[in-house]
Amino acid sequence: MKRKRVESAAEDLSQLQRRIAALLQKQSLAVLSTQGAEGPYASLVAFAESPDLKHLLFATTRSTRKYKNLSRNPRAALLIDNRSNRVSDFVRAMAVTAIGEARELAGQEREAQCTLYLTKHPRLREFVSSPSCALFCVRVDTYLSVSRFQNVQELHIKA
Amino acid sequence: MNYVVPLAEIGHELSARAGGKARALARMLQHGSTVPAGVCILTDVYHEYVRRTGLQTSILMALNRRNLTGARWEELWDTALNIRALFRKTPLPADLQSQLARALAPHVAGRAVAVRSSSPGEDDARSSFAGLHASYLNVVGMDAVIDRVREVWASLWSDGALLYRRELKLDVVKSAMAVVIQELLAGEKSGVAFGMNPNDPEQSVIEAVHGLNQGLVDGTLEPDRWILERSSGRVLSHAPAARSQVVVLTAQGVQVAPLPPALREKAPLSAREVHRVYGAVCDMERLFDAPQDVEWTWCGKQMHLLQSRPITTVSSDDPEDRRSWYLSLRRSFENLKVLRKKIETIHIPALIEEARVLSQMDFTELSDAALDAECRRRADLYVKWHRIYWDCFIPFAHGMRLFGIAYNETVQPSDPFEFVELLAYADLETHARHRLLEAMAARVRADAALGRCLAGGQGGDADFQASLTRFHKQYGGLLAIGSGPVSGPDPVVRLVLEMAKGPPRAAVEATANRKTLAERFLAHYGGGKRREAEELLDLARASYRLRDDDNIYMGRIKGELLRAQTALQQRRPGAAGTPKQALDDIERLDALKNPTRGKTVRPASVRESASFRMDTRQVVGQPAGPGIATGAARVIEKVSDLADFKAGEILVCDAVDPNMTFVIPLAAGIVERRGGMLIHGAIIAREYGLPCVTGVPEATHIIRTADRVTVDGYLGIVIIGEAALREKLLGLRGG
Repeated sequence: MKRKRVESAAEDLSQLQRRIAALLQKQSLAVLSTQGAEGPYASLVAFAESPDLKHLLFATTRSTRKYKNLSRNPRAALLIDNRSNRVSDFVRAMAVTAIGEARELAGQEREAQCTLYLTKHPRLREFVSSPSCALFCVRVDTYLSVSRFQNVQELHIKA
Repeated sequence: MNYVVPLAEIGHELSARAGGKARALARMLQHGSTVPAGVCILTDVYHEYVRRTGLQTSILMALNRRNLTGARWEELWDTALNIRALFRKTPLPADLQSQLARALAPHVAGRAVAVRSSSPGEDDARSSFAGLHASYLNVVGMDAVIDRVREVWASLWSDGALLYRRELKLDVVKSAMAVVIQELLAGEKSGVAFGMNPNDPEQSVIEAVHGLNQGLVDGTLEPDRWILERSSGRVLSHAPAARSQVVVLTAQGVQVAPLPPALREKAPLSAREVHRVYGAVCDMERLFDAPQDVEWTWCGKQMHLLQSRPITTVSSDDPEDRRSWYLSLRRSFENLKVLRKKIETIHIPALIEEARVLSQMDFTELSDAALDAECRRRADLYVKWHRIYWDCFIPFAHGMRLFGIAYNETVQPSDPFEFVELLAYADLETHARHRLLEAMAARVRADAALGRCLAGGQGGDADFQASLTRFHKQYGGLLAIGSGPVSGPDPVVRLVLEMAKGPPRAAVEATANRKTLAERFLAHYGGGKRREAEELLDLARASYRLRDDDNIYMGRIKGELLRAQTALQQRRPGAAGTPKQALDDIERLDALKNPTRGKTVRPASVRESASFRMDTRQVVGQPAGPGIATGAARVIEKVSDLADFKAGEILVCDAVDPNMTFVIPLAAGIVERRGGMLIHGAIIAREYGLPCVTGVPEATHIIRTADRVTVDGYLGIVIIGEAALREKLLGLRGG
């Protein structure tokens, strides 16, 4: 029964931070949830994380439904997980939900963050550089980490 | 189906898929030994079954409900019971079932067989773990055989196997079990032979009983024992057994019966036969190139070898490794009956009497030195009773498990813990204690003036005082000690006042369901077997009752020790034996009772920094009492914390000791770090119909007193800081 000890109920803050950071670094896609006039909406996005975990970046063209939704309501959630579609997912997979507020970046700030984003997703250079593409930054308030099926820890980021 | 192979045809290339036992039997047959004919169901069938039915996922989830590292044996037992129920509930896919039945038909039709485990894991580990996996004798009919095959597969995940999961390299995806189906021999005498005595390499040992060797292997029957010189086979000694019972075949399975008088005087083996057995074990040692442990049986003049495996005892250099001790707790029915008698007729009366005598001692008559000596004497007594607790009371708890196994095998309930319902609602000492407290609370409810008087720190009337004194005397006054010199109101009075604020609460009455369940269980047995089943149920109830009562009685001794320590401290403040030190000493002893307790105590972890804060929102344990409850947490770290307990709070603790259960009738729910379905917390929760979750890792560290907590006793989940769940679940039964 080889099993990595993925989490312990008594883990401390730095362990939880490290565990979340490791997942974010390893995964490249997240499910983005937005709220539109017709209700909730989910889409898959390529994301990048700031080293301090406080911000998540993703890119989208301005003609998309998610762009429209975020323009109306900037609250957003991103789900990042490491499931592998195997039996073991039920106990080994970890999922993190990041909840926060998204805003479109512009000017120098966009340039700076774009570098960070492209470090993780070099193949998206052309896409992000397109005038029709928006780069969003989500300021995260809370991460919810779910592991071993039902163990839930929250990481709150102070304002 | 190519997955059912005659034993004689198993060659080296099939070793890994046929398992250790089948491979050894094949070699014995090829060598020319007399071995009952049979076939092996290769591990491929196990793999196909668990994959196609989704069992693999279910096993994985059952194993990961909690971190098994550091889990106590009892928790592993629960896990194994759950997994076994999964196998029992999951039939083979129809096509697999019919293929297997077709392949087995020539070997099963019209005859009784033995269905035995053959684990590749044991083989890989190059050691034999006798008795970790299941085997069944005298199985008749195809359906029964396939049911037993599933039980043998399930035993890949038995409690014993889980204890040795690292050595066995247990892995949900990779591990598998093969099964040997062999012709059954109605042996007249049977036994085991050790080519090399594990305790003396110069000797060989032969053990034999009349009838089948089942009784010898599981420890029910004491065998005749011969010690031989290993090099020559010369008999050095023969120790005859009492020889009163014999294991015989019944219509399905086996049964313990009285041994016919003619055989009682007769050793199972003649000198010639002892020599034949010795010859066989030497032969097996040559064949397998290592000293062997051989099982054999005689039919008429013919000796048959049932199995041979290398002698390797599972041992560990780690003194903390208690695994073989845990396995030794698996007692047979006969063994438990003897133990029960000893406990009920000797130990418990002596324990009660000891406490009574101690409670009558008036310390004012003692000099300081004599009182000091008395404290020491009482500490020694406590240690003595601790030893008896370990040696007798704890092993007797296995009575519940033995019954659980029998109940699940005969009734096959969907809930593997249904059997607990039949044991619960005993007249526990806890209830007697609660009734005393409740009577005092009833007086306060009826008499507001008395309540005000008590709350103001006055003693109440003579009648109330008498009840209070009786309570302290009877139950050790543990609460009073923990809170130090009496300054505020008596902690028992505080508890009574708190109880009086709410309506009376009594233990749940035994339900009609309980009787139905008992009848349903007993209906499976006819004739003499029924009486045996009734005896087993009675034994299990005694075991359940004792699980709680023994601690109450032990608590009295502990209370008496503390009473002496307090008296000494009052005379010589600051001297040795202050209540603080006394509590520390007892903590140390009690930590022995629950060995993992001390180890998990660690300083509160850092949960906040300048930019971040973490909260544990939800943790998973094991469901141990159905229902949903939400309330403020009361984290109990020491006995004196109990005095602050308020009605409607959730009791959060490391391990519920029966001496802490004063407050349970006030609680809305229970959360316990220690896991298991048969632990005190779970037992008492059921008695009072409280939602209970056990096996919550680090419960007392992640939950703080006053945190709002929801206990989901259906799923075994604890939600911290979320009040809404109960409202969402309206319509569900719960507290």
